[in-house]
Amino acid sequence: MESLLQLPWAIAMRALEYPMRGIQRLIGERRMPYVFVLPNLLIFGTFVVVPLFINFFYSVTGGTSLFPDQRPFVGAEQYGYLLDCEDYLKPFSCREDQFWRGIYNTITFVSFQVTAMVALSLLTAIVLNRRIAARGFFRSVFFYPVLLSPVVVALVWKWILQREGVLNAFLTALGGDGIVFLAEPQWAMFWAIFVSTWAHMGFYTLILLAGLQSIPRDLYEAAEMDGTSHWRTFRRITLPLLWPTMLVVLVLSLIKSVQTFDEVFVLTGGGPGTATQLIVQYIYSTAFATQVHNFGLAAAAAIVLGSVLLVLTLLQMRLGSGKDKD
Amino acid sequence: MANLRLSKINKVFGSVHVVHDVDLEVLDGEFVVFVGPSGCGKSTLLRIIAGLEKATSGAIEIDGEVVNDVSAAERGLAMVFQSYALYPHMSVYQNMAFGLENNRMPRAQIDARVREAARMLRIEEYLGRKPKALSGGQRQRVAIGRAIVRKPRVFLLDEPLSNLDAELRVLMRAELAGLHARLGATMIYVTHDQVEAMTLADKIVVLRDGRVEQVGRPLDLYNHPANRFVAGFIGSPKMNFLPARLLRAGADGLTVEVAGLAPLTLPFDGAVLSPRQELTLGMRPTHVRHQADGEFAGTVEVSEQLGGESYLYCRVAGEHRVVIHAQGQSEVRRGDEIRMSFPPQHAYLFDAEGTALPRPGAARQTAPAAVDVAS
Amino acid sequence: MRRAIAFLTRRRGGRGWHPTDVLSYAYLVLGVVMMFGPVVWLVMCSFKTQAGLIEFPPSLLPYSQKQVVVEGYKEPLPLFEVKLPDGTTKPMAQVRRIGIISQMVDPANPGQTVRVRFEDRTPIRELSFAWENYTTPLAQFNFTRYLWNSVIVTSVATFITLIINSMAAYGLAKYEFRGRTSILIFIIGTLMIPISVIMVPVYLVVTQFGMVNSLWGVILPGAATPTGVFLLRQYMLTIPDELIDAARMDNASEWQIYWRLIVPLSLPAIAVLAIFSIMWRWNDFLWPLIILTRNEVYTLQVGLNAFQGELQVQWHFVLAMTVVTLLPITLVFAFLQKFITTGIASTGMK
Ligand SMILES: Nc1ncnc2c1ncn2[C@@H]1O[C@H](COP(=O)(O)OP(=O)(O)OP(=O)(O)O)[C@@H](O)[C@H]1O
Ligand SMILES: [Mg+2]
Repeated sequence: MESLLQLPWAIAMRALEYPMRGIQRLIGERRMPYVFVLPNLLIFGTFVVVPLFINFFYSVTGGTSLFPDQRPFVGAEQYGYLLDCEDYLKPFSCREDQFWRGIYNTITFVSFQVTAMVALSLLTAIVLNRRIAARGFFRSVFFYPVLLSPVVVALVWKWILQREGVLNAFLTALGGDGIVFLAEPQWAMFWAIFVSTWAHMGFYTLILLAGLQSIPRDLYEAAEMDGTSHWRTFRRITLPLLWPTMLVVLVLSLIKSVQTFDEVFVLTGGGPGTATQLIVQYIYSTAFATQVHNFGLAAAAAIVLGSVLLVLTLLQMRLGSGKDKD
Repeated sequence: MANLRLSKINKVFGSVHVVHDVDLEVLDGEFVVFVGPSGCGKSTLLRIIAGLEKATSGAIEIDGEVVNDVSAAERGLAMVFQSYALYPHMSVYQNMAFGLENNRMPRAQIDARVREAARMLRIEEYLGRKPKALSGGQRQRVAIGRAIVRKPRVFLLDEPLSNLDAELRVLMRAELAGLHARLGATMIYVTHDQVEAMTLADKIVVLRDGRVEQVGRPLDLYNHPANRFVAGFIGSPKMNFLPARLLRAGADGLTVEVAGLAPLTLPFDGAVLSPRQELTLGMRPTHVRHQADGEFAGTVEVSEQLGGESYLYCRVAGEHRVVIHAQGQSEVRRGDEIRMSFPPQHAYLFDAEGTALPRPGAARQTAPAAVDVAS
Repeated sequence: MRRAIAFLTRRRGGRGWHPTDVLSYAYLVLGVVMMFGPVVWLVMCSFKTQAGLIEFPPSLLPYSQKQVVVEGYKEPLPLFEVKLPDGTTKPMAQVRRIGIISQMVDPANPGQTVRVRFEDRTPIRELSFAWENYTTPLAQFNFTRYLWNSVIVTSVATFITLIINSMAAYGLAKYEFRGRTSILIFIIGTLMIPISVIMVPVYLVVTQFGMVNSLWGVILPGAATPTGVFLLRQYMLTIPDELIDAARMDNASEWQIYWRLIVPLSLPAIAVLAIFSIMWRWNDFLWPLIILTRNEVYTLQVGLNAFQGELQVQWHFVLAMTVVTLLPITLVFAFLQKFITTGIASTGMK
């Protein structure tokens, strides 16, 4: 099995041996690193770096054409259009109300989802860090949904939540009324948050568990020798030492949460109406899923999203380097 | 087998000048040892020879051909690393065969060479093992074996014994000497252990701060160190150094005075010296005579009795530290007052820059020094 | 309260059975139900017939009504347990039903039919797996194609990613060269840039290369993952330089050093990246959704989404195909779960 996996590698690598030796002869040993980084750099440049710049171009040009040479320059018009609001707290008063709904939905989604995710994964990590039997099994149980595709996750829950689904069966059995969960705005948002928390909390649990396990045991033993109470031990030892990991989890989950698209899109389609349409879905539909492809507007919105992510990423790097220094 | 010549080699890392104008000639079949304190540039120089590092300036010639721009692989040298650098994912056999495979040698020939080297190094039973499953000494042999199978023009060894325990080191040292004799190969060996240098080398190169301090046969360096640094570095225990001042230069030699001691007249030629010049008097511990009628008095601070020999750490005239190395056992204890003498024919003098003062020609063939080292 | 606090703070290694242990296990069992339950439910349902699916209240296992072939009737008939007027019960097949009266026939005595009141009969059910939920979409709805496309995308993309990422990581870890720092900064700077921020321009680039509706358009844009370069480089930094020097002395070319030395020694990190890549690619949705608009190039995820978005959702097929989609990842996880969880915990990435 193992050797079968290695076979294509070995063939490719050996086939490259002669040409590579020739190249090395030609350009010299000291320039070989360029050969090594080149393929990655080419793809990376073509599909990440260059697009980053083209994105700006799109956001300052108008029209519906995909091709840059057919797009008239409009300056900051797209941004102006996006940001034109009578009252920023009321999305419907904005010219591009979909964008603002997307933002508000995303804010709601992110604040509840991140809170729930951090709280639940912390609780789970603490439980898993106790002296329990079959810890590996339980850890895997909580982690399993992380590996599932968003489409699968959404369908699993859609099946449970649908009108004749098992959840409604329970509710009726208990004497309640069935609810069409995904057709009611508040419920749809709740389940969007719930499902995405369900799908991702295992990952953060794993990180927090690793953080907990890296706290030296002798600190707890010392505290026990001193007769420190459990609560004090938790407050004065566990929390401060886990804090850097908590921050990383917080920022990381924030970054991921802001980018949420797949599972909510498949679960609710952004609906009912636009009740669960998040910002990424807004960008996607503005550019690709409407009759008129408004690439400029989508690019401008993407840049707004990118700036938020950039700030969060810088924050995370700060935290990361701070953690290394300890 | 090959000659190697370095001329005016310099190496600069960024703003640090690590190797300064090194000139060196290594003859075919010679065992050359680079010694010097840590960080003096021994490894760097060796890596420049290997082709792993590019010299900033200067020329490297192998058999008369300048190889500055020839890659490490094509110089036909082999290197044994301090950490052995055995490929952890390959068996001992594969480790030794790897270089030969890269040279597209036929399988049968590779096999013959590997087995021959393994027999020579007595590692035949381990050929199938991974390096992780070997002891330090066995890994060392594999590393050497990997070099041997290549039949290189020059062997380069960078502190190959420094990761072994003391006993094994002595054993491997002897094996290396035997190997060199058997293969007749040119070897360049880096160490900061002067005992290894003395016992193995045909020729020692003493380095300090990237400069060659002295090149010569071991006993020449021992007997005629070019400067205070070499004198202190070669020989164990270290040479005693006492600050001295020139009183006068005469036909019978130089008369010097060590603070607090009676003047000494030593057989040196001091025509170029000015009076009252600051000098350093050097005297090897083996040469200091512990005898009842000695002219100097000292207090014993530590007395080490090793059974066959003894070391006395003394303080002379209240300020100078002098170590005496004597054969046999002695009854002297800590705190005892003893007397000693400094035989003039064994004394060294260094000027303020540390350069050794020349001794008159006759002193060069002094037999006793050689006898002392041999014993 | 005190209990709850103790529960929060106790660590492994305490002694004795404590009330908080009960709470812990209760939480964990709840976790198992919550995390596995929905998936198990889905798998169970995927074996139910269309009729079984709309049954309310639903049953956990896929039951369906037993049917028998009765002499003289073309179609198999549903079997019922019938309470006869004399108080005994007997399995009988239903020929037809008119209002509250059913016309039943005894399979042992096919010539004679009896009329039975509707409430006097109960269906006889048996465990049966509706494999046609799986076979039909695979045979008729292009799902085999989607599956194949997903396999191609996942394996080719992972292969390319592993090669070019490990090459770049080696170059960046073990050589000093001009431009190295700038490349590193760029790679680390883009670690967090998701496709959602640049989907419009990437779409343009892909269009220019004529890769819309081609699997290459899915594979290439994400192949040069910054995450992978970063992960592998960190690992390769720990390989001693002396090994590389030794290989150079052994007349190995730089390429040989890369694949005969660096790659085998970085295998643990490469394996982690391989699993990441398989997971990313198999589960990838947004980008294929944009770039693949023709049915025959759909990947599983896109195909599945299209299928479930149809007006009349054929849930029995959707469920079965969902199981097909989650099966490979689940199997990989089942075999490598320890490796995966430690790999992810140690890299902090997914
Ligand atoms: N790649 C490098 N970049 C900058 N400075 C270096 C580099 N390699 C070596 N040096 C410096 O060059 C000097 C000589 O190093 P070298 O390794 O040759 O010493 P050495 O004599 O082998 O010491 P040791 O006995 O400890 O091995 C040291 O001061 C070291 O810091
Ligand atoms: Mg060194």
